[in-house]
Amino acid sequence: MEKKSSETSASASGWSNPLRDKRDKRMPRIPGPCAVVIFGVTGDLARKKLMPAIYDLANRGLLPANFALVGFGRREWSDEDFGKLVGDSVREHARTQFSQEVWDRLAEGIRFVQGTFDDEKGFQRLAETLEKLDAERGTGGNHAFYLSIPPNAFQTVCEELQKSGLARPQQGRWSRVVIEKPFGHDLASAQELNNTVNSVFPEESVFRIDHYLGKETVQNILALRFANNLYEPIWNNNYVDSVQITMAEDIGLGGRGGYYDGVGAARDVIQNHLIQLMALTAMEEPVNFSPHELQAEKIKVLSATRPMQPLDETTSRGQYSAGWQGSEKVPGLLEEEGFSKDSKTETYAAIALEIDTRRWAGVPFFLRTGKRLGRRVTEIALLFKKAPHLPFDTTMTEELGKNALVIRVQPDEGITLRFGSKVPGSQMEVRDVNMDFSYGSAFAEDSPEAYERLILDMLLGEPSLFPVNREVEYSWEILDPVLDHWAEHGKPDAYESGTWGPESAVEMMRRMGREWRRP
Amino acid sequence: MIVNLPATTTNDVNKKITGLREEGGALTLSRVLTLVIALDGEDGLEDSIEAANFASREHPCRVIVVLPGDRKAKEPTLDAEIRVGADAGAGEVVVLRLNGELYEHANSVVLPFLLPDTPVVAWWPVDAPAVPAQDPLGQLAIRRITDATNSSDPLAAIKSRLKSYTAGDTDLAWSRITYWRALLASALDQAPFEPVTSALVSGLKDEPALDVLAGWLASRIDGKVHRAVGDLKVELHRASETVTLSRPQTGVTATLTRTSRPEALIPLARRDAKECLAEDMRRLDADEIYFEALAGIDKVQYT
Repeated sequence: MEKKSSETSASASGWSNPLRDKRDKRMPRIPGPCAVVIFGVTGDLARKKLMPAIYDLANRGLLPANFALVGFGRREWSDEDFGKLVGDSVREHARTQFSQEVWDRLAEGIRFVQGTFDDEKGFQRLAETLEKLDAERGTGGNHAFYLSIPPNAFQTVCEELQKSGLARPQQGRWSRVVIEKPFGHDLASAQELNNTVNSVFPEESVFRIDHYLGKETVQNILALRFANNLYEPIWNNNYVDSVQITMAEDIGLGGRGGYYDGVGAARDVIQNHLIQLMALTAMEEPVNFSPHELQAEKIKVLSATRPMQPLDETTSRGQYSAGWQGSEKVPGLLEEEGFSKDSKTETYAAIALEIDTRRWAGVPFFLRTGKRLGRRVTEIALLFKKAPHLPFDTTMTEELGKNALVIRVQPDEGITLRFGSKVPGSQMEVRDVNMDFSYGSAFAEDSPEAYERLILDMLLGEPSLFPVNREVEYSWEILDPVLDHWAEHGKPDAYESGTWGPESAVEMMRRMGREWRRP
Repeated sequence: MIVNLPATTTNDVNKKITGLREEGGALTLSRVLTLVIALDGEDGLEDSIEAANFASREHPCRVIVVLPGDRKAKEPTLDAEIRVGADAGAGEVVVLRLNGELYEHANSVVLPFLLPDTPVVAWWPVDAPAVPAQDPLGQLAIRRITDATNSSDPLAAIKSRLKSYTAGDTDLAWSRITYWRALLASALDQAPFEPVTSALVSGLKDEPALDVLAGWLASRIDGKVHRAVGDLKVELHRASETVTLSRPQTGVTATLTRTSRPEALIPLARRDAKECLAEDMRRLDADEIYFEALAGIDKVQYT
């Protein structure tokens, strides 16, 4: 039954909605009546991303008239208190303009239920509240549970949801659960987590949010590769020398010690975001864009991926030390609040992966991420081999580097093509130049935020942009050998804040005859 | 910045545009289309440019406005006006006033300003030609946008669109009701899964958006569709329930009512021309559903 509800217009046998038509591309899909329940309402993510995204959806006219937003938490709050929290976060963080009218309508459906995660009575109250909303607001018994909480609380909440009967919808209704990273800290814990969640919610009702997959630029990887004839012929080891996927942040970890200490950059970013970006870059063409086919291709490429050996030569990790972040003097990790003075947590991680397929054999995929780096940027760069023969004197091409195709994921979303061009003048001299495509100038200024897209897809039951449990487990299988190796050998190398990482990362590339792009 | 170029030539205007861009430096954004606005006079000029500037933030484009200057002038001359920066949206706006005989050759004047290898969209904010696709300016465009709402007889205007329909035509009255349609379609996604036996569309007499909405329903359901003059609402009748979407005439909140279910309120203000225009520029292929809705108007019973 659950599967069918993704195609709501066909949910009763033989019924097809006469007002819907595939050719009607103008008409937006508005989800059916539903209620979203947020666990962990005071968290950063809920306030800065989730609640504003729900408002933005309402403002774009993409939420149903019968919609309710329920907060569940420990605090002794009234509906109005919670409404005020939502209102404040909307005013501060929403991307669309604030409209009193839209807010008033949304606010009418806001409720708060007081309870702790292991409090059976609290969940009973939640069930009653949702039932009342079905009656008052017509939310139709469809519920999405957004677990914006630490993963060690997942089990408790899932069990309570099951006990209260909320996890098992009646015929024709749906219950979905949304979870955020981290999806475990290694393969074993990820499997355990998946088992916990799947014991209550079937896999098709589980929506794992990797907000990178909601980004327009990331979805555009598929359009760039599979809608054009220009790139696919060179998208392989005949032409590609190596791929560099970078996610750099300029912020430090002050105040996030509780979460980050012992986790580290590889688990926090590489396991989910970067490996997903790699899968989209490297996967074969799906036979169509149905969620199942997309997942099948991603799973295939992930199953063929493993870290390059030996690990002490192909990986690097670092920890930021005090330095100057642009114009600001910042402390090192060990001086940050919440971190132990001898913390071995890495804030920079670089790994090299190889993919054992005909398309990619011999092409290293370099993944790196770090805090307190030069600037905030995420990009995927395909570096091409040098032309096999250059009919120029070496003096003419001294300044010519490798051709590169760079997908700029954020900020300044777009695509850059780097190639050699003649320098104007009487002499033949070739130098690298850039050709830029910028999203901001070619398309909507206010393209939806990643969370908007993902929440809307979840309410519509459209799972393409959400990783399934197999993908999560495969990415741990790829990363686990590196993490084990690091745990047994040495410690992170210090790097000065505001630079592009430790010296060992530069050496790692030099050993393989390459160098990092400065993104 | 607004630059006036009285009694000029298309060549000089083009040179000036390039010059302004070089002076401004960063103005060389990529533009995805050229929007040609055709007007009969100064009426609606500023409103249209404002709407185009709004839409150009979503679809960076060059905006070319063509209107008659002094039609009785003996000499065919061209007065141009270039707007860039704060006076334009994401591209530049070129206003062309054609004097005398030149007005008969608007297409020739516009041609040098079309951006290379990008689509052209034509928009008639007030009165549209009888057959947009055969109009000289319309022939340049792959998308032709009319607006029955602003014509002197809106109902006759929207009805006439069927006869002149060519793939690529669309009317802002149609984009005005997109969210009404989405809400109605969404309501039918829910149980009971029963066919709609009849429907009622009611509202102002001179709101062609409602006529095309009624036509759309008539083309989609197997039953009579009535168009009445009165309060603003749409009713879908089914065996066991009635779905009603209504709104006070000038209100911003609509009410969705279904038999034996709680009432639901939803923001649903009348869409401005600028939002409709931006939506219409989003897709440049033929809108077959619009064509079917136009054809459906003939089946609508007017009371």
